[in-house]
Amino acid sequence: MMPQGPYSDIVMDHFMNPRNMGEIENADAVGEVGNPACGDVMKLYLKIEDGKIVDAKFKTFGCGAAIASSSITTEMIKGKTIDEALKISNEAVAEALGGLPPAKQHCSVLAEEALKVAIEDYNKKKGSG
Amino acid sequence: MKRVYFDHASATPVDRTVLKSMKPYFIENFGNPSSILIEEGAIPHRAVEEAREEIAFLVSASKDEIIFTSSATESNNLAVKGLALANRDRGRRILFSDIEHYSIINQADFLRGIGFEIDFVKVDINGMLDMEDLKRKLTKDTILVSVMHANLEIGTIEPIKEIAYFLKEHNILFHSDGAGTCGTIPVNVKDLNVDTMTISPHQFYGPKGIAALYIKKGVRLTPIVQGGYQEMGYRAGTENVPAIVGFGKAARIAMEEMDKRVEKLTLLSKRLWEGLASSIDYIHFTGHPEKRLPGHVSFWIEFVEGESLLLWLNLNSIASSSGSACSSNVLARDETGLKASHVLTAIGVPPEICHGSIAFSLGKDNTMEEVEHALSVMPGIVKRLRDMSPLYERFKKTGVRDYKL
Repeated sequence: MMPQGPYSDIVMDHFMNPRNMGEIENADAVGEVGNPACGDVMKLYLKIEDGKIVDAKFKTFGCGAAIASSSITTEMIKGKTIDEALKISNEAVAEALGGLPPAKQHCSVLAEEALKVAIEDYNKKKGSG
Repeated sequence: MKRVYFDHASATPVDRTVLKSMKPYFIENFGNPSSILIEEGAIPHRAVEEAREEIAFLVSASKDEIIFTSSATESNNLAVKGLALANRDRGRRILFSDIEHYSIINQADFLRGIGFEIDFVKVDINGMLDMEDLKRKLTKDTILVSVMHANLEIGTIEPIKEIAYFLKEHNILFHSDGAGTCGTIPVNVKDLNVDTMTISPHQFYGPKGIAALYIKKGVRLTPIVQGGYQEMGYRAGTENVPAIVGFGKAARIAMEEMDKRVEKLTLLSKRLWEGLASSIDYIHFTGHPEKRLPGHVSFWIEFVEGESLLLWLNLNSIASSSGSACSSNVLARDETGLKASHVLTAIGVPPEICHGSIAFSLGKDNTMEEVEHALSVMPGIVKRLRDMSPLYERFKKTGVRDYKL
């Protein structure tokens, strides 16, 4: 692979071949977050059955690290229960990517936040429904 | 496809003839140019003076008005701090244009700390200095104004002559950063009527780690590096002889080839500009449509983030640069550097969408085939990134943007 400056091969792989990119129609949960400092916007769609995340998709407007963080997060949460998914920290996302440059750590934070916002959305819908 | 280099505003390759001219000054003619009484020093001394002459010739200055420094950044610091310190008895107010390079803008805090008042002058949507704003912000206490000759992010060439003549009427010193123009387009410092001008060779096929400052005869300037008495007392430190020799050679070649280079770059960038405009929707070109650097095409694309675009271009063998905050400080220690480009925000691009900006700066060795390659890959990359963008998804569904244009 061509050298990509500060990014690991895993980041570049997810950037070039993002997993689970797209939307889920009638998603059970949607979480959208943005980082005004950088301008990245991340949207996460979840399909949840019996408290388990059975499908996850994302759309991201952002840099290489933001796209890779979204992509790997969808992989990490698929098949997990909500409680298990909530335990995934931004450090775990960054670690799974083989590390992120210090200035790009916020991209993994954004992924963690998108997940939390999506689960909040799910709990809200469940509570009201 | 071999690598296509469209980032000449960042650095150009050193011309082979330039490199050849530098080589003897590493090992054979290695002496210290200050040791002029011995042959080992006299030879490099002569070489430095010959280079000084070439650079003076490039910008129509006198030889004793050219001072060597280590970089355009140092030249900009020497000019602004040096003029400010030498003239503080006349006033304390200094004006910078809103789109100056960081090597000017980031002097503001230091200067404020030692008692100067710094203010910024607006530019219009094309990046041209707003003369009315300059007039409004001038006071009797103003001693210095700094406006770059051309902005390397958006390509706009500023009306330096007009600004200089206006400032002369008010007896105000004028510095211009000519890093983007000297050696690229004709520059005549006497005609422009500037007091100081930065000249940097790594934009015209010379080496890095060397630059010069034109200091008009009679202008008072305090040195900022203390030490020996090199460079007529304006800049202490042993001269970087090989780089100076290369700088001189690059200046000579630039003079000889300038017309040919400009003609070719104009042709290539015209095709690039028109090709992008016709193949990509929601693309916005930045900078002045005519008064711009030859070979410079800059734009931002809605619903696409600049660093991702830059990475995909790189994967398609094209090197470019992005005003995206995310690409500008990838190696920063933290997120403090992740701000939208001050140049793009100054020309009115909403901060939320500055991140889609790209600059293609072409050079003398680029070809039409390379331009066509860029035009062939761009629409696919843009589509790919838009398909992934929640902003574009929303726009397609509602016709509403997340920001105001």
